[in-house]
Amino acid sequence: MAVTVSSERDTVATPIQRAFREALYAGAISLGLFVLFIGLRTDQNISNELILVQRWGLLAIVVIAVTLGRFVYVAYAVPAMERSKAERAQAPAVVAEPGFLKRNFNRIGLVVLLLYPIAMVLLFGFQGSLKWVDNFGIQILIYVMLAWGLNIVIGLAGLLDLGYVAFYAVGAYAYALLGTHFGLSFWILLPAAGCMAAFWGVMLGFPVLRLRGDYLAIVTLAFGEIIRLVLINWREVTNGSAGISGIPKVSFFGLMSFNVSDPNYIAKVLHIAQSGAYYKIFLYYLALALCLLTAFVTIRLRRLPVGRAWEALREDEIACRSLGINTTTTKLTAFATGAMFGGFAGSFFAARQGFVSPESFVFLESAIILAIVVLGGMGSLGGIAVAALVMIGGTEILRELDFLKAVFGPDFTPELYRMLLFGMAMVIVMLWKPRGFVGSREPTAFLKERRAVSASFTKEGHG
Amino acid sequence: MNAQASANDFILQVEHLSMKFGGLVAIGDLSFQARRGEITALIGPNGAGKTTVFNCITGFYKPSEGMLTLNRRDGSTYLLERLPNHEIPARAKVARTFQNIRLFSGMTLLENLLVAQHNKLMKASGYTFLGLFGFPSYRQASAESIDLARHWLEKADLVDRADDPAGDLPYGAQRRLEIARAMCTGPELLCLDEPAAGLNPKESAALNDLLMDIKNNTGTSILLIEHDMSVVMQISDHVVVLEYGRKISDGNPQSVRTDPRVIAAYLGVDDEEVETVLTEVGDEDVIEQLDTGPDSAHGPGNSASMMAGPVSDSVEHADEGERVTVSKGASKAAQVDARAASIASKPQSAAKPAAKSSAPKTAPKKPAAKASAAKAGSASKGKETAAKPTAGKPGGRK
Repeated sequence: MAVTVSSERDTVATPIQRAFREALYAGAISLGLFVLFIGLRTDQNISNELILVQRWGLLAIVVIAVTLGRFVYVAYAVPAMERSKAERAQAPAVVAEPGFLKRNFNRIGLVVLLLYPIAMVLLFGFQGSLKWVDNFGIQILIYVMLAWGLNIVIGLAGLLDLGYVAFYAVGAYAYALLGTHFGLSFWILLPAAGCMAAFWGVMLGFPVLRLRGDYLAIVTLAFGEIIRLVLINWREVTNGSAGISGIPKVSFFGLMSFNVSDPNYIAKVLHIAQSGAYYKIFLYYLALALCLLTAFVTIRLRRLPVGRAWEALREDEIACRSLGINTTTTKLTAFATGAMFGGFAGSFFAARQGFVSPESFVFLESAIILAIVVLGGMGSLGGIAVAALVMIGGTEILRELDFLKAVFGPDFTPELYRMLLFGMAMVIVMLWKPRGFVGSREPTAFLKERRAVSASFTKEGHG
Repeated sequence: MNAQASANDFILQVEHLSMKFGGLVAIGDLSFQARRGEITALIGPNGAGKTTVFNCITGFYKPSEGMLTLNRRDGSTYLLERLPNHEIPARAKVARTFQNIRLFSGMTLLENLLVAQHNKLMKASGYTFLGLFGFPSYRQASAESIDLARHWLEKADLVDRADDPAGDLPYGAQRRLEIARAMCTGPELLCLDEPAAGLNPKESAALNDLLMDIKNNTGTSILLIEHDMSVVMQISDHVVVLEYGRKISDGNPQSVRTDPRVIAAYLGVDDEEVETVLTEVGDEDVIEQLDTGPDSAHGPGNSASMMAGPVSDSVEHADEGERVTVSKGASKAAQVDARAASIASKPQSAAKPAAKSSAPKTAPKKPAAKASAAKAGSASKGKETAAKPTAGKPGGRK
């Protein structure tokens, strides 16, 4: 009897008591940590001497905030979380019918993407929509395309490629050089750039066939740098760091042009007001079409033997060989296909910018694309698209957050904190969802019902 | 087994196969044949080089010397040592499983079996290009491949779990799935590396049924590495015994289980004493009594025969895995010993309590195998127990 009473009292009283204790500890630790960092500050006085500024008030605020935060967390937040968890565990395991949004995610996403420029024009007018269509829409779609291309190499075949931006560069320069020197149209150069990038994909693939894991990553990283350095130093062809400008614009299959001076300028043909927004909207739909092509090919390939072989290669290369799969060609096709989509994205990028320089193809780009693939969930197209939206759209939107100036003072420039927030967001997402937004894997074939494969079974590949 | 009959009767001929890793001879001059439509078992103590033989046959290793001839049913002949790794399953139709199961754990069972039909489907999909545009020929081939996969899932009793990830299966089911996957490549020779390892007796019996079914209904010949003698003795038609990379016996299960050299290899009896042991022990029933406990490597109830070996033997070798750590020439020395033994043993074979001193007798094998000083101590003790002056021997073996 006594035992039950005491346990009852324990469960009631303990969280508060524990909260007090832990709050005190947390306060003491934060005092110890911050007494030098925050409590004291070195500064210059007017006669250029080093003086010590004491900020006890600020220190007190920080320590009290930490103490109170710990108290509230332990006393109220933790029990609340445990209660909700217990309730969820007690509730009968209803097979949660995925909501309308989840079930029709792809269709809704597609409709939103199709209507996006129209909505922007209606909301902000032609001139106002430029920023939203170009900086957000097209920018994000380029990264979606790049990430989907890299997804083939990393997500499906499990080959860690850190130099993916090299193929992006090959595609961009292929279009820039052939377009400016020979005046070939975008529609001819798009497949040409894709082929060229695929060729370089195979070129990279051959020497690294035997490498796996970290070693593969290092060599591909070096390959990306080599391409960039060649672009910088081969001045006669690439014009070095100055880059290539005056890259021809994309035409509407030769029927309509987007150059104001041309006789078949779109405004003249359609008898509408002249505006730069037409070109951006056209580019947006072009990027969307290229993305859909990438998605279509990826989805189809996964259900073909070559796609299954890629995934099998990621799971176990030795078993692949024991089943008669030629791992050499399988790896090379993965590199080539991934590189081809990188090349498409590159040539589109060159056409959109009208200017390419080696500066656009630094390692950071590779890292961002890789981060998008990993955050989205390797192998999952939907997750990667969402990750691209968050990463690229998120960093772009920081430029727009002027209201933060009201909070942090007029000197605050949110863009400067872009990378900090970017890194923090990545850490949080990885803690919360270690396998990315969409960790599970869709099987490519099924006998009775299609059930997603939990991420705990899939492997990341050894390189 | 003459060369004349070989062309059609034998699916696999291994001739003078040697595999050297640096100075280490993992396989030395091994020759054997596997008959078409039969189950050939490859047995031997741990570290005898069985898996190395498999790796040579399936192209994971390139043999240092020797010839591996595979005769397919249609009369075509392949020299396996010259084929690239992936062409051995694809062209010579040799499939294999692995000692440590290698499934595509993140893919469903069905997908695992579809990956196994890669080459067939690649051709049907016009090397991806026709399949990309959804040509009907590919769709038909795809449906056929799913039917074949379903067939093997039913055979392996896994059809209910076809849409589950392979990594989610229990161990025994993973073994069966790996065999089913190998069979989906349409092999003529199926190489199974310890398929019964880690299975309980019931699963082991189910495995026997599956293998007999494969043998009887598909005409696929099976080459089998196995430690579980209940599997080997029940289903195999032909047994090859390896020790230190050399063949020490070859024949049907009955003749192999009474072969003194095999007994010596497994029980670790000195070659000179083999005959003594045989005469004293008489038959396998007595030797079975020597196996005081169950074979720890394979769970209870599996040491059904003398060749499962005493506990000490399998435990001593277990930490070596299949890595061959034999000092160079160890096996050769054993041969020399054997020859010497046949001359010298008769007068010395005074009555010894072989049955009781089984454990010490395993010891003399160890210094030869590992050349370790620590073991040498116990070896000499063993010799003392046996009370036999074989002074020159330990040095000679090292």
